[in-house]
Amino acid sequence: MFSYLLQRFLSIGLSLLAVSLLVFLMVHLIPGDAAVAILGERATEKALTELRAEMGLDKPLYHQYAKFLWDVVHLDFGRSFKTKQPVIEEIKRYFPATAELTLAAMAFSILFGIAAGIIAAVSRGTFLDYFSMSISLAGISMPIFWLGLMLILLFSYFLPILPSTGRLDVVLDLDVQSRTGFYLIDTLLTGNFTAFRNAVAHLILPAITLGTIPLAIIARMTRSSLLEVLNQPYITTAYAKGLPRWKVIRKHAMKNSMVPVLTIIGLEFGYLLGGAILTEHIFSWPGLGSWLRAAVEARDVRAVQGGVLFVASLFMLVNLIVDMLYAYVDPRIRVGNEAT
Amino acid sequence: MMSPFGDIKAYLGLCVNLKKFRFSQFPLTFHKILCYSNPMDDTLLSVQNLKTYFRTPEGLARAVDGISFDIKPNEIFALVGESGCGKSVTALSLIQLIAQPAGFIADGAIYYKGQDITGLSEVEKRKIQGNDIAMIFQEPMTSLNPVFTIGNQISEAIQEHQDLRGAAARNAAIEMLDRVGIPEPAARYDEYPHQMSGGMKQRVMIAMALSCRPGLLIADEPTTALDVTIQAQILELIQRLQQELQMAVLLITHDLGVVANIADRVAVMYAGKIAEMGTWEQLYETPQHPYTIKLLESTPARDKRGTALNTISGRVPKATAYNDGCRFADRCPKVMDGCDTIIPTLHAVNGSEHSVACHLYNPEPPFSVRLADPELAIQEHATVVSATKLELETEVVQQSERVSEQPTASHPQLQVKDLCVHYPIQKGIFKRTVGYVYAVDDVTLDIPRGKTLALVGESGSGKTSFGKAVLQLGVPVEGDIVYDGVNIATTTRQQMHPYRKRMQIIFQDPYASLNPRMPVGRIIQEGMQTHGIGASDEERQTRTAELMLRVGLSPDMVTRYPHEFSGGQRQRIGIARCLAVDPEFIVCDEATSALDVSVQAQILNLLKSLQVDFNLSYLFITHNLSVVEYFADEVAVMYLGRIVERGTTEEIFDAPKHPYTRALLSAVPKMDTQTGVEKIRLEGDVPSPINRPAGCHFHPRCPEVMPVCKEEYPGATHFTQTHSCHCYLYRDAE
Ligand SMILES: Nc1ncnc2c1ncn2[C@@H]1O[C@H](COP(=O)(O)OP(=O)(O)OP(=O)(O)O)[C@@H](O)[C@H]1O
Ligand code: SF4
Ligand code: SF4
Ligand SMILES: [Mg+2]
Repeated sequence: MFSYLLQRFLSIGLSLLAVSLLVFLMVHLIPGDAAVAILGERATEKALTELRAEMGLDKPLYHQYAKFLWDVVHLDFGRSFKTKQPVIEEIKRYFPATAELTLAAMAFSILFGIAAGIIAAVSRGTFLDYFSMSISLAGISMPIFWLGLMLILLFSYFLPILPSTGRLDVVLDLDVQSRTGFYLIDTLLTGNFTAFRNAVAHLILPAITLGTIPLAIIARMTRSSLLEVLNQPYITTAYAKGLPRWKVIRKHAMKNSMVPVLTIIGLEFGYLLGGAILTEHIFSWPGLGSWLRAAVEARDVRAVQGGVLFVASLFMLVNLIVDMLYAYVDPRIRVGNEAT
Repeated sequence: MMSPFGDIKAYLGLCVNLKKFRFSQFPLTFHKILCYSNPMDDTLLSVQNLKTYFRTPEGLARAVDGISFDIKPNEIFALVGESGCGKSVTALSLIQLIAQPAGFIADGAIYYKGQDITGLSEVEKRKIQGNDIAMIFQEPMTSLNPVFTIGNQISEAIQEHQDLRGAAARNAAIEMLDRVGIPEPAARYDEYPHQMSGGMKQRVMIAMALSCRPGLLIADEPTTALDVTIQAQILELIQRLQQELQMAVLLITHDLGVVANIADRVAVMYAGKIAEMGTWEQLYETPQHPYTIKLLESTPARDKRGTALNTISGRVPKATAYNDGCRFADRCPKVMDGCDTIIPTLHAVNGSEHSVACHLYNPEPPFSVRLADPELAIQEHATVVSATKLELETEVVQQSERVSEQPTASHPQLQVKDLCVHYPIQKGIFKRTVGYVYAVDDVTLDIPRGKTLALVGESGSGKTSFGKAVLQLGVPVEGDIVYDGVNIATTTRQQMHPYRKRMQIIFQDPYASLNPRMPVGRIIQEGMQTHGIGASDEERQTRTAELMLRVGLSPDMVTRYPHEFSGGQRQRIGIARCLAVDPEFIVCDEATSALDVSVQAQILNLLKSLQVDFNLSYLFITHNLSVVEYFADEVAVMYLGRIVERGTTEEIFDAPKHPYTRALLSAVPKMDTQTGVEKIRLEGDVPSPINRPAGCHFHPRCPEVMPVCKEEYPGATHFTQTHSCHCYLYRDAE
């Protein structure tokens, strides 16, 4: 178990190193002079020289990389060229909104995805099975943009019951003091239930938009994995003991079938972070995605570097958690092989 | 308190029942009352005209089609037959676990202690499952849930049926583990299945099945996946517990030897029906049904050496395509005109418990038959047996004469000297080598031209590694492999190329070793192309057709794909592919282990005739000692990577020296129960080849162990020119 985790940690360290190298080289991959590329054609020579000095572009590459790494390890991503704020502060400001959206989408997709998968597997070959699987196939093939727009049309325009932009109505925005940055939590902490309901309403459409594709994938994975497990001899053994069907499924099949589903959930997280950029754009959600997008458009190299590194680390962290969950689910990882 | 779900369930249940009642249940119930009756005597289980069908894309599969038998309390009843004849489906029908919704019980009744259990509700069924009727399965590896401790899985069964909770259930489970011979049961309660060996897992399965003291234990091929010495332990355990707990056992197996040793009564199944039923003595000594006779004759045995095995032509019909009459008709040597249209029913032989379903023995035949007199049939069989024996003996004499004609020191095809295969075990992130699996250790052997050397041993003894090492198939090899005078262990890849043609291998699993996306013709021609055999494509095609004929396949099957063939046919394709490149030496790695006896007999006959025709040498790797006894010229016995004894087949089987060889031979279940060979039971499992016991590797299990055995590996003792053994018992014998 220990060596298993150590192995995972090391491999994550290596991947992060690789990402940092790529991110670092980003500046140098821009054709032409990096400083010109950042400040634009009309920048003064003085500004360019200052920038070069500040970025250390006049030093040898390995030197630059070492400094970059050193800073990154100390959570120093430099200052944004646009806002002149430290990048890490910007991330801290925008990240909670994205996290809230992603977690909501994740919860939505896991909850409904696993439930749909189980129902389909258990009622295999019946109408319910075909129905939920066709829906999920539709879900997978749906472009996220189109889905978002359809939801807005349906629920904000024709049936105006849900808001379609932002995290809160502008009026309320002012009374919510940000403690954690998670509005659902902040509003609850301050006992502002009107704002809480409002925040929930704002979250629904973006979360559904973002969570639909993962939901469909999780549903299909759960179904096929559960079906495979239900064909295993140990399931027959469980029935032969006289256990009722729900017990067999809940105890003997679920845990075993969750291993591949966990992997998918870990990978989906990467998708969600990517998909968040689009979704945030559709719903004018003030999150990391919108911020990163703006940074890319403004050629704000420091901000992009910081943002990408941050998202990559987050992704790997989630996968590490998934790996630990494996060890929890499967004793063959937890307890070393002795007999075989 | 009634939950809303309870209401819904009850409502749904009602709907289902109404539907059933309307469409099928009513006539069935009515018909049952008329046709089947509760046996009012002490019969524990009475199966009457049971029919279990499956709806499949190819049509209705009549897996079990009208079988009837009774099991008495405290009886071991065996069901034997070849693959696909409906044994498992019978078992699953009894415990009401037929795969839904494809499968259903179409007709018949199953009375358990006087109650018909076919029409029970789900709740009532579950009270019987695991409690009155329990079951263990073939694959102990996959029959236990890998993510729960074994203790948890046993307690679960106890809690389901008994009022025991918590510590009480735990104690009951530990007591059960102790009963089935698991050492330190309290400590092992919290272990996971992957921490146990195969034999241990099967013991756990037995503990689980017996934890509620069922009246009937169904054991579906309980020892098929285990080694012979472990099989002997498990069979003995089942027998002992059957006595102690006073229960009945339904034992399902394809191994007639297993049946012979433990069953009180036996039913032979063929294509969903019972062909013959009686005690083992009745079936073995006076078989009546042509299928039973053929089955016994096609089982390889010592006394059939030198002759071709008597095989059954054709193969078992598909469950979706049974004819209306006797299902054996298209393979039966005694088939008569009406056989394939009128179903034969079971008739008692001479009014005894022995009964047979064949028109030959029908006292009121539905068509004009020359009615066989059972007495006559028995005599006939006896004469056939003695005649074959006679034939055999002369043949053997001739053979040995032939053998003595040859120069004894004929130059060997293959000489292996001090061969080692040590797989490194790598650990950690840096793949440091922390130890070795001593798969093959210091093996010295030779195989004469045109002969068969059998390599026998239990799983994990290194047989396959040895076979691969000889062919240089990607295993780390040390030592000398001299093939036809050239040491191929030290050759380069290019120098090895011609030997790739001369040396071939046939695998155990014919399916996995054939490319599923290639038609059979291409599979066979592939090797010819690589080795430049045949000048043109036409020539190769003609040769392919010849080869197909030679191995008993029709040449117009060349365009078919592997999945369109049966297991035996696929093994023939594997053999044809081998022969295509004109080999001289073939490694047969468990080549017949996955096949039914009747098919195995066909393949063994084929291999034998090919050997005679092309003067082939075989390295025959197997764990099946009856095949060895029938087929091999010489035998080498392997244990934990070392050859512990070797000699001619006669020497090994008639005068085994090494305690392991003796135990192995005595563990093989024999069909003839009167052999008088004393049984030697080995304790424990085969140790791991990573940490082999010091000294003689067999010492922890050896019944004759001496202090010296633990110190150093014993050297070889030679009894004759061919017979040698590594054991301290014979230190001074030379
Ligand atoms: N779930 C199923 N659906 C369709 N057909 C089935 C199913 N289970 C079994 N059968 C068919 O029923 C027949 C009998 O199968 P069964 O498993 O009882 O054979 P068996 O005698 O146990 O063979 P083996 O020795 O290989 O275990 C076969 O033709 C098989 O294909
Ligand atoms: S009934 Fe006819 S075909 Fe069937 S076994 Fe008897 S003789 Fe052979
Ligand atoms: S050397 Fe000793 S332990 Fe080994 S087989 Fe012979 S008697 Fe048994
Ligand atoms: Mg079976």
